[in-house]
Amino acid sequence: MADEVHRPGDGLAVCGLTVRFDGTAAVDDVSLTVPTGEVLAVLGPSGCGKSTLLRAVAGLEVPASGRVLYDGQDLSRVPTHRRGFALMFQDGQLFAHQTVARNVGYALRLRHVPRGQTDRRVDQLLELVGLAGYADRKPGTLSGGERQRVALARALAVEPRLLLLDEPLSALDRGLRERLAAELRGILERAGTSAVMVTHDQEEAFAVADRMAVMRDGRIVQTGTVSEVWEHPHDAWTARFLGYATVLSGEAALRLRALLDPGAGWTEVALRRSALRVEAQGPLQALVVEARQTPELVRLELEVEGLGRLAGVAEPGSDVVVGERLRLRVDPERIAPVPSA
Amino acid sequence: MTTVRVRFATLLLAAVPVAVVGVFFVYPVVGLVARGFWPDGAFAPTEVLDVLGRSRVHRVLWFTLWSAGLATLLAVVLGLPLAFVLHRLRFPGRGFLRALVLVPFVLPTVVVGVAFRQLTAPRGILGGLHLDGSAAAIVAALVFFNVSVVVRTVGAFWEALDPRAEQAAAALGASPRQVFGTVTLPALVPGIVSAASVVFLFCATAFGVVLTMGGLRYANIETEIYLLTTQELDLSGAAALSILQLVVITVLLVVASRVRRDPAPLQRAQSAARPPRLRDLPVLVAAGLVVAFLLLPMASMVLASLQQPVGWGLANYRALATPGDDNALLVPALVGLRNSLAIAVVATALSLGLGAVVAGLVSRRPRTATGRRVAGLFDGLFMLPLGVSAVTLGFGFLITLDHPPIDLRTSPLLIPVAQAMVALPLVVRIVAPVLRSVDPRQREAAASLGAGPLRVLLAVDLPVAWRPLLAAAGFAFAVSLGEFGATSFLARSDNPTLPVVIYRLISHPGALNLGMAMAASCLLAATTAAAILLVERLRIDSVGTF
Amino acid sequence: MRSRIRRSSRLVTGLAASTATLLALTGCAALGGEPDSNASKTVVVATHDSWNMPDDLIAQFEEQTGLTVRIQPQGDAGQLTNKLVLTKDDPIADMEYGVDNTFASRAVDNGVLQDADVDTPPSVDAHRLDGAGHDQLVPIDYSDVCVNVDDTWFAEHHRTPPRTLADLTRPAYRGLFVTPGASSSSPGMAFLLATIARYGDQWPSYWRKLMANETLVTSGWTDAYEVDFTGGGGKHGTRPIVLSYSSSPPFTIPEGATRPTTSALLDTCFRQVEYAGVLAGAANPAGARKFIEFMTQRRFQSALPDNMYVYPVLDSAEVPEDWSRWAPTAPDPYQVPADEVAANRSRWLTTWRDIVTG
Repeated sequence: MADEVHRPGDGLAVCGLTVRFDGTAAVDDVSLTVPTGEVLAVLGPSGCGKSTLLRAVAGLEVPASGRVLYDGQDLSRVPTHRRGFALMFQDGQLFAHQTVARNVGYALRLRHVPRGQTDRRVDQLLELVGLAGYADRKPGTLSGGERQRVALARALAVEPRLLLLDEPLSALDRGLRERLAAELRGILERAGTSAVMVTHDQEEAFAVADRMAVMRDGRIVQTGTVSEVWEHPHDAWTARFLGYATVLSGEAALRLRALLDPGAGWTEVALRRSALRVEAQGPLQALVVEARQTPELVRLELEVEGLGRLAGVAEPGSDVVVGERLRLRVDPERIAPVPSA
Repeated sequence: MTTVRVRFATLLLAAVPVAVVGVFFVYPVVGLVARGFWPDGAFAPTEVLDVLGRSRVHRVLWFTLWSAGLATLLAVVLGLPLAFVLHRLRFPGRGFLRALVLVPFVLPTVVVGVAFRQLTAPRGILGGLHLDGSAAAIVAALVFFNVSVVVRTVGAFWEALDPRAEQAAAALGASPRQVFGTVTLPALVPGIVSAASVVFLFCATAFGVVLTMGGLRYANIETEIYLLTTQELDLSGAAALSILQLVVITVLLVVASRVRRDPAPLQRAQSAARPPRLRDLPVLVAAGLVVAFLLLPMASMVLASLQQPVGWGLANYRALATPGDDNALLVPALVGLRNSLAIAVVATALSLGLGAVVAGLVSRRPRTATGRRVAGLFDGLFMLPLGVSAVTLGFGFLITLDHPPIDLRTSPLLIPVAQAMVALPLVVRIVAPVLRSVDPRQREAAASLGAGPLRVLLAVDLPVAWRPLLAAAGFAFAVSLGEFGATSFLARSDNPTLPVVIYRLISHPGALNLGMAMAASCLLAATTAAAILLVERLRIDSVGTF
Repeated sequence: MRSRIRRSSRLVTGLAASTATLLALTGCAALGGEPDSNASKTVVVATHDSWNMPDDLIAQFEEQTGLTVRIQPQGDAGQLTNKLVLTKDDPIADMEYGVDNTFASRAVDNGVLQDADVDTPPSVDAHRLDGAGHDQLVPIDYSDVCVNVDDTWFAEHHRTPPRTLADLTRPAYRGLFVTPGASSSSPGMAFLLATIARYGDQWPSYWRKLMANETLVTSGWTDAYEVDFTGGGGKHGTRPIVLSYSSSPPFTIPEGATRPTTSALLDTCFRQVEYAGVLAGAANPAGARKFIEFMTQRRFQSALPDNMYVYPVLDSAEVPEDWSRWAPTAPDPYQVPADEVAANRSRWLTTWRDIVTG
């Protein structure tokens, strides 16, 4: 895919990029593309090299080999500040000595945009990120979420052709993260900005991105649209990393295949927590080891005949007790076959 | 209950440095100034006031202000690129260069004076510039001595700055110059103000440099106090000038604390030093020129040390181990070096101990306005020793510390104590800005996790402060090694230190004596550089590699 | 939590206490250095920074007398004198050595000294002060501050060197003379006094002529001799006439040669005499007297030229061969009575500074 000749107007392309620290490759032969207007999430555990990749795209790390192109132009010799990107750090990196408004207007002032125009744009951006009225505050007085939103507004101010987001929401608490993820998506859509976001949080990636690249040990192991990746994880590791609760292999996997789709060829399968559902007519039999009520459903820990210990769910309000034997159905939407290695 | 205890402990801790500075600085200075007001036991302030009206005093004040101000400005401008190169870039020989840059700071004024004048005298290498005896030569020499203060103070600060703020700015489209102007420089302001105020105080109280380079055409407050006190015994005049000096310093400190007020907490990162790149070239060239400026007088010194009555060689160095042909030295220079090192160790320990306490205390942010004011006064108190005449202090010791239990007038321990007084503000200036920029919430977080005040210190402050503390240790050591200027007015034991040996050698005729003085100066410079290198080595080893 | 805070506050208290102890120790150490019971066994000598006498000489004295000598350098002669004046109510030493005839009256007038009661041979007595200082200050050494010339330079340039003070203002010697300043240098002050002795009230006009003749005034002797003088240690000097000492020429004998390249103009000299004296209120006046007596004896006197670059006051003392050949003293040096110096010093310096610094 990345080896194809890149055509102008295609947005970002990273070709065979390698970054080494003291001989070790932190980013190892990575290739990917981000067409204009698209949001790509690079998903990977901490230490997998995703931040280094982002910094290399920004021009903050010098690659050992490979190229970064934008609209077909090789950026190797273009310094960070001429790339027309904007980078937003995990902790915002607001300039502590400047007010919120001056932070947001920073890039505009660099470009000598007339003052009135800058002020209007700043107001507009603060409105966009939901911080109207915060203009004269100092960063030190803001909450984490507010700071991230200021950082986002600052990054958007000059309408960068590409927005680089380094774990933009990771430092925030869960509720705020979910809300901001949705907002971020909306803001990016409205601004029409291409973006690369690196994160270790799959939910964040699902909520914000169009496409996803899974990264492990410096390499991209899988790319595709969010649903493609979700439905067809590349391997057991990816499946687990994406949030699948269990990956079955060997006998258990073959038994499940026989049950669901005897004609298929896969030998491994990933299951979500809700893949097994209590149903009186279900084909599988199980012993309830543990049961826990949650507002939406009942979470179960089951000893499933022929498959081993697995998670399952029952309708809310069902009267399941520990030690009870019951029958299960497999929800084909909530499993994903994993290609064998 | 517990907060009362903590507050009590804080007060007690603050009392130690206050007591030391009170006894060894405030009391002697006040004592001597008071003699000026009570010339014969009777209060006669008019004499002092008359002095303030003299037109000569106005000229002296004006020269002090502009020469020190200009020298400070130049030291900052020249010091910044060097601080960047030595503290943000990583390259072979960096440690050596860092040590080398600090050397001018310890060289005896009289030797540098001669070295400078040999360069600027009509037949010297720079003779064509007609600097000899001019105010420009004074300013150049002041800059020579003080660039290292800027490099050291700002460098330690710079090193601890999180580079990601700069990277964020670059990613927003700021060119390297714009990044520097809009992000780096504002973040460095507390460090620069710190360094500049120290440099200004050093320049405003320089006397050896002004006397030697100015050839009596120029006088600042310090040389005037020196002449009035040591030669003319005009204590009223000296008192008037001392008060003038105090006023200047107080104004400076107030202005500095205004500018420095409340630096925003910074995110700190591990050392961000990186290898130089092509686009660093202009900075590297600028830094190289500054190094050349620092090296020129030193090189002229080294050359003079190698000059023998006939040809070139190491005869002067060999002579340092013996009493010398003309009995120039009863004590071999090596013994002087040993005396110097012993004193320097004591002075460094004293100033580091006190300095760490003071820096820790002034870097806290009191909640109440009164608390802040007290902290500000506390901070200023420890800057005063830099800005008050060494002559006043030395003579003050004599007339005040003369009663048991503190008859210290002739104690050899007075010298390390006095040096510690001079080094103390440097230690505070290097350490406090870094501590001050620690987010207080980190301390609160540690405390909330059950850490007592000491644990907080170890867990939050020390990891940030050890770097500047070591930098300060190197500086304090250097100050002590080159002590001749500041403490030459104190009684000394008859075990001469190396600067005293140098002074003796250079004060007598004979080519061999001059050569030996230069050789001894090179020895002093080399020792200082070695000490600094050692400190640098320690700094790296204790964090592993980065 | 509570106990932890208490523990660390105790630690802090401990820290404070130990620092206080350290301070107390420094105090104690200072006191211990000179306990009262030993006062009669120790002689404390306040002197100037040029003190450079061999340890074995002092050891001989200590052996002979059972006394211990403690040398305490206190800056130059001016600083030494002023420190003695400031501490006269509670002296820092038993005796002084280094107050010279330009500062003597200040010490005497301020009551710093007591009668020394030391008998000295006539050649020493000849150097004693008149008046009150006569019995208080015992002459130890002297030096002649003279204009020196670089004979080699004058020979190479086929010019005649100057001879007198008046010569220095002649156009022939324009821009050739360098002298340390009177306000910051003790030989500089001596030279000013020489001109005052020579020209009386007319000295300011002499100095104006001197300055008009492009004389260079440096702050210290080192600068003048080692940087600006052509015959000094530096190789970049441009002035062949310098103010120095009559004892300077022997130091300019080149390696392998027998004659100095410079000489002193003996008609331009001012004689500086250095004295020792017992301080008023000394803890050990008897010991101080013994040491002063020792200083006037042959052994100490003979060691002076080699170690301190000064002439002994005792005529029977040995003088190095180089000195007797190449460093003769002035037969008739200029002198200004000490009390006159004391009375006018400040006024003269102010006038001088106005002329020199323009």
